[in-house]
Amino acid sequence: MILGLSRSWSLAGYLIAAIILLPLIAIIAQAFVPDEDVFSHLLNTVLPTYIVNTIVLMLGVCIGSLFIATPAAWLVARCQFPGRKMFQWALLLPLAMPAYVVAYVYTDLLDYAGPVQKALRTWFDWQSPSDYYFPEVRSLAGASVMLALVLFPYIYLLARTAFMEQSSSLQHASRVMGCGPWQSFWRLSLPMARPALAVGASLVAMETVADFATVSYFAVPTLTTAVYDTWLGYGSLSAAAKLSAIMLLVVFSMIGFERFARRKQQLFQKQSASNESTLSRLKGSHAYLATGYCGLLLLFSFVLPFLILLQYAWDYFDASWNSAFWEYSLNSFYIAAIVSVITVLIGIILMFIRRISPRPSDALPSRLASTGYALPGTVLAIGILVPLTMLDFAVNDLYEFLGQPGPGLVFTGSVFILIFAFCIRFSAIAIGSVENSYKRISPSLDMAGISMGLKPKALLWRVHLPLLRKGIFAGLLLVFIECMKELPAALLLRPVGFENLATYVFQFVSDEQLEHGALAAIVIVLVGFVPLIYLNRSLEHEK
Amino acid sequence: MKFASGLAILGLVGFASVANAAEKLTVYSYRQAFLVEPILANFTKETGIDVDVVFSKKGIAERMMREGRLSPADIVLTSDFSRLMELADKELVIPVESDQLKSNIPAKFRSIENDWFALTMRVRNIYSSKAKMGKLDIDYEDLADPKYKGQICTRSGKHPYNVSLVASMIAHHGEAGAKTWLEGFKANLARKPQGNDRAQVKAVKEGLCDIAIGNSYYLGKMLQDPKQVPWAEAVEINFPNQDNRGSHINVSGMALAKYTKNRDNAIKLMEYLSGDVAQKDYAEINFEYPVKADVKPSDLVASWGEFKADELPIFKLAEYHHAAVKLLDEVKFDL
Repeated sequence: MILGLSRSWSLAGYLIAAIILLPLIAIIAQAFVPDEDVFSHLLNTVLPTYIVNTIVLMLGVCIGSLFIATPAAWLVARCQFPGRKMFQWALLLPLAMPAYVVAYVYTDLLDYAGPVQKALRTWFDWQSPSDYYFPEVRSLAGASVMLALVLFPYIYLLARTAFMEQSSSLQHASRVMGCGPWQSFWRLSLPMARPALAVGASLVAMETVADFATVSYFAVPTLTTAVYDTWLGYGSLSAAAKLSAIMLLVVFSMIGFERFARRKQQLFQKQSASNESTLSRLKGSHAYLATGYCGLLLLFSFVLPFLILLQYAWDYFDASWNSAFWEYSLNSFYIAAIVSVITVLIGIILMFIRRISPRPSDALPSRLASTGYALPGTVLAIGILVPLTMLDFAVNDLYEFLGQPGPGLVFTGSVFILIFAFCIRFSAIAIGSVENSYKRISPSLDMAGISMGLKPKALLWRVHLPLLRKGIFAGLLLVFIECMKELPAALLLRPVGFENLATYVFQFVSDEQLEHGALAAIVIVLVGFVPLIYLNRSLEHEK
Repeated sequence: MKFASGLAILGLVGFASVANAAEKLTVYSYRQAFLVEPILANFTKETGIDVDVVFSKKGIAERMMREGRLSPADIVLTSDFSRLMELADKELVIPVESDQLKSNIPAKFRSIENDWFALTMRVRNIYSSKAKMGKLDIDYEDLADPKYKGQICTRSGKHPYNVSLVASMIAHHGEAGAKTWLEGFKANLARKPQGNDRAQVKAVKEGLCDIAIGNSYYLGKMLQDPKQVPWAEAVEINFPNQDNRGSHINVSGMALAKYTKNRDNAIKLMEYLSGDVAQKDYAEINFEYPVKADVKPSDLVASWGEFKADELPIFKLAEYHHAAVKLLDEVKFDL
């Protein structure tokens, strides 16, 4: 770009990136603090199990999600069958469901005391658990299934887009060469969609590692629960930081793998999105199969749990419709609104710098700032508390030095810390949204603007922002829904006396009384709807 | 955009809600808010002093360590003694010299240094299936007896209530003895430790197991919830080790935060909690055994009968707390 961008822009970019990297550095520093042998005790007893559990869970959820999402994505993208239009957006709905809520509902349904096993016992006249075999819901396998049920839409979304963008002329060519539909799927569509599947799978894996509530409810100890327990149970922050470092190793190797998978990604094809006419029309039993498959997937991942939630909420409506419920909803909204605005601002600033700066190094801040998403909430909490506590004490020392009464815990004792944490964790999403929008703005527009004598600020205001509207909006919505759902960070960082919907619902889940919190859970889900449907519409119109 | 950044700035300015008003106490509580709020509301009615309760399942000591001298906490309420000891060990609490506390709370229910005080007592009971077993004359040691193979349900071994029980076993049998017992106990479990104390009773009702470990007051609590009445009615409550040392008891308690800025009011609240009204509330609302000698347990609790309590001093148990946690890891009790 041929526009002088003043150094202060770059500086701002690096500053933002540095703040986002702060927790990561704090964790690594904290991991070197001696911990009175807590870590070595863990290492000799339970840690190997935790690590194996974490890895098995991650693989299980990834494979499970790929397995259920890919066929659905392909059907919706390339075939015509009854209900396709609805499934297109409806299969995104499970993303709005917090995993721990789904886990709770299925436990209620499927455990020994639940209606399913009760019915079986009545039919077959079984008396006790030793009379028959039924899979244990609250297990590693159960947790994998639950998480796959709510996380598969990430893969579905990316795979669907990839399948849609595959040019139909290639498909035709493969058919002319004598491939049947199956062969052309296996030999052409799937390999071409591989990068998208890898990105989706790495998102799913990251979310899985970060999950705290489901595994803690299922009593499946993983690294995430171990961090939490070591920190709060053993009271050893540095042992917890060591565990966090191991987790980060897992996560970053995942990201590395995903980059590696995409290293040769160069597609040479005309981006002609498929339109209705190129869809292969499924007939007869095939059509029913397609509809049945998508329908069952939607039923189990969303409709059934949601109906049961509604049932709970109906039964316990009077008990749960109270002032507390309103207060927590407002808390959730307020935090989510502030965070989504801040993260999108960060996204705009960083991407703008990257776009028009003449210095190649200025692409770095936006890349660095995106690593925040890789920190699971529990790990992030540790990484934030350490530096912010120092800051709090520094402020109070300064006040006292000046002979004033100190203001107390301004940063760690207020909502600030929650907002700060969420901004770090979700900036990546906003950056990604803005980046996607920027890709669609032709650089010649920048040239035109500059030749008319626009300064950087004016270029941003008058040319870019109006064109970025969509990306900005998508970023706001996506960050908003993530903030509504994020639990571990909220649980660990909330200030004195503060609850939001997520912490409120989880408290009921862990007390085995979700019925009382069902209304709050429904609000989380409903708030998640809107962005998903909007997001889907905007993807539809991008063709 | 202007509007948006304005909004953000407004939000950031609106933070400073950390003010610590003089006539307001902040209570950090390990006990569920709904258990203590009615009692605290009565205190506010009587004295005009507002109380904020901050409930947290875990990590209050950790939080107070971090907050140091800037901590807003005035009082900590805990649901078991190990947390009280932890607070004392980490020097997060300070002694209170109050004649009223001394006269209300018997010596065995407070620390020698007066830096923590028990408020209520509860028993770690063994519940048995009414249909399959009836009332049992049972000891904790029997939980490891092979005759109960595949019949016992319990919550996570790492939960403070179970850690305390294991600590008491270490106190009575030594570490090696306790380890053997814990391995036998694990071998008898009907399922991996999960859920809370009530969920174990529910599992007995469903026939998943015949024996459940749980605190005494849960039985009363379950009888109050229409959905849980059938669970409670499916079990008998047994007081273990009646023919020898007595049942393992645990206490809930309170302590004064080291950096309280409202010392006088905080002590007022502590005295109130040890007094007749609050002790009666604890007994009636929460079905616990009050520590104040002349306050009677509720009729329901009294109907479970008299029992002999383990006389092992509470601070003795605390010495074995860490050993108990490590033992649970060693035998992989939860895995």
